Amino acid sequence: MADKITLEVMRYRPEQETEPTFQGYEVPFHADWVVLDALNYIKDRLDGSLSYRWSCRMGVCGSCGMMVDGEPQLTCATFLSHYLPGPVRVEPLRYFPIMRDLVIEMTDFMDKLQRVKPWLIRGAEKPLLQGEYLQTPEELDLYKQFSMCINCMLCYAACPVYGLDPQFIGPAAIALAQRYNMDSRDQGSEQRLDLLSQHDGIWGCTFVGECSKVCPKEVDPASAIQQYKLTATKEWFRAFLMPWSAK
Amino acid sequence: MNDISAHTAYHPRWYRPRVSTYWWLWRWVYLKFILREISSIAVAYFVVLLLLQLRALSHGPEAYAAFQAWLKVPQIIALNSVCLLFVLLHTITWFNLAPRAIVVRVRGKRVPDRLIAGSNYVAWLVVSVAVAWLILRG
Repeated sequence: MADKITLEVMRYRPEQETEPTFQGYEVPFHADWVVLDALNYIKDRLDGSLSYRWSCRMGVCGSCGMMVDGEPQLTCATFLSHYLPGPVRVEPLRYFPIMRDLVIEMTDFMDKLQRVKPWLIRGAEKPLLQGEYLQTPEELDLYKQFSMCINCMLCYAACPVYGLDPQFIGPAAIALAQRYNMDSRDQGSEQRLDLLSQHDGIWGCTFVGECSKVCPKEVDPASAIQQYKLTATKEWFRAFLMPWSAK
Repeated sequence: MNDISAHTAYHPRWYRPRVSTYWWLWRWVYLKFILREISSIAVAYFVVLLLLQLRALSHGPEAYAAFQAWLKVPQIIALNSVCLLFVLLHTITWFNLAPRAIVVRVRGKRVPDRLIAGSNYVAWLVVSVAVAWLILRG
């Protein structure tokens, strides 16, 4: 078995260069090493100037998403052994502006997350004395899948619609909106529908389906968006055929 | 960038990669997606063809015979064969995707994806057999 593997890492140092370049690093190969281990080895032993984001090393925090050999991956969950004999190409997440090396700028994503109002919206809070808002396991089951998102943005890096039209709200944000829409305690679906039924929302999606394939948490944002399209269509027909029932 | 992210204007040296016009040629899944989208043209073509056929039918036996003769032109047969392949691609890919959009729950349990896709295929088969029976019985 190989004892070394080469990583071709994209470098971008804005104070030195106007375009990214690739730099090769030879790192030891261990069967239990993931791509993030190799990056940490480079940072600690070979080149301290390499910049990238990471935190938990266990697929929970969603910080270490990068393009590994052209595919969006959590580098903490992507084994080097999969890429033998190498080299392995590591690039920042596709479709986002690059700040430095493997670090992308995510303000656009954070902004979109906020726009879909990902919190419980109530028309009127019930009095404290009436107790908490209870939910049955079946009601939880309706949205639980969509609540597993870790905001790693791999789905955006897989979505050509987002690449071509950065205004598109995108898979994770829409899935999160759907997570709250389907929550029995929430009453804000109409507010979200106003935002998401526009062209930049669900109708921008052409159902490429790659967002769901790359999702490390099996959130299936593509399904959330298509289900949302059905809901929006039903709402439109209801408003069209029964205008008196409109909000 | 909208107002909320305006503060990021103080980082003018970001590198913004451009998306190539040929992004869909890079990977088979993207190419398959584009082929699926293009297949809608073939679907529209068959609808127009059916309307032309009805028009020929309403114009009497001679017009209909002329239409049928036109259908037998080798170029038209080739075109229709290619369009048929695209329509099949369209049908199969969309039927397979149907469970992602249609979530049916019976007594709180989600109906399995295979059943949702399968019911589409069964409906397709039933309609096809009915049409074949209508045409071939006489």
